Amino acid sequence: MAARKESEPKPMKNRTTVERKSERELIVMRTFDAPARIVFEAWTKPDLFKRWWAPRSRGISLVSCQMDVRVGGGYRLVFGKGMEFFGRYIEVTPHSRLVWTNDEGGEDGPVTTVTFEEKGGKTLLVMHELYSSKEALDAAGTGAADGMGELFGQLDELLATLGASGGRVRSG
Amino acid sequence: MVQYTNVNLDTSFAALSDVTRRGVLEQLIRAEASITELAEKFNMTLTGMKKHVGVLEQAGLVITQKVGRVRTCRVGPHRLAEATAWLEKYRQLWAARFDELDGIIEDLKEREKIDGRKKRE
Repeated sequence: MAARKESEPKPMKNRTTVERKSERELIVMRTFDAPARIVFEAWTKPDLFKRWWAPRSRGISLVSCQMDVRVGGGYRLVFGKGMEFFGRYIEVTPHSRLVWTNDEGGEDGPVTTVTFEEKGGKTLLVMHELYSSKEALDAAGTGAADGMGELFGQLDELLATLGASGGRVRSG
Repeated sequence: MVQYTNVNLDTSFAALSDVTRRGVLEQLIRAEASITELAEKFNMTLTGMKKHVGVLEQAGLVITQKVGRVRTCRVGPHRLAEATAWLEKYRQLWAARFDELDGIIEDLKEREKIDGRKKRE
């Protein structure tokens, strides 16, 4: 899997960017080489959704994935270690917009808005997460990464790398 | 241990949530400076700047050292890396998801092509 040869021709992957837009907001952006109706389908059909939400490359898998994609409908994602994510859809606009709540942490959980913007046969996807407070986002950031069960190991590696590069400022 | 690190990350982010403090930190990444120099640069009272530096110092993002009457500030070596690290981890998770999603999208496009052909037949 990971031993794939570097020389193997593969289309260039589009870049994923993450930005903490404000104290309470996090934004993830990515362009997909397909019309919005296709990208939207992959976000709204459970059998497709579960294939990418728990990427094999990260060694995570979903035990179950239930999604009732309509306004007021609920979803529940269950990961191997009994970790659960659930909430309900509060806005469903085919091919352009999805909004859902994240209720696993109790009330006042973040609200996720995903927009699909088609341009020239490609789709710009913007995922926006709005937290109830700055503290909630601070905590979720560490918590979510932690939940993936690998933050600290990888953090150590990254810190080592950053240390080795002498704190050079990234250019570009 | 894990909780201890989480607290550090939280403090780092709290410290970085303020635009002046981010500016101060950027300034210090370029070169160390005294509190007085920073106050002048950011058009701020000495007391105001002391407070900001204090928050950055508590988060471990900045180290200060008093020599004579001058307090010199410079960037702390690890905290900044930690604070940016989780965002990078988060980005990597999403990048992994979206790379996988690319494959599914290719399948769907292929299927549409085949379906389209069938319809024409």
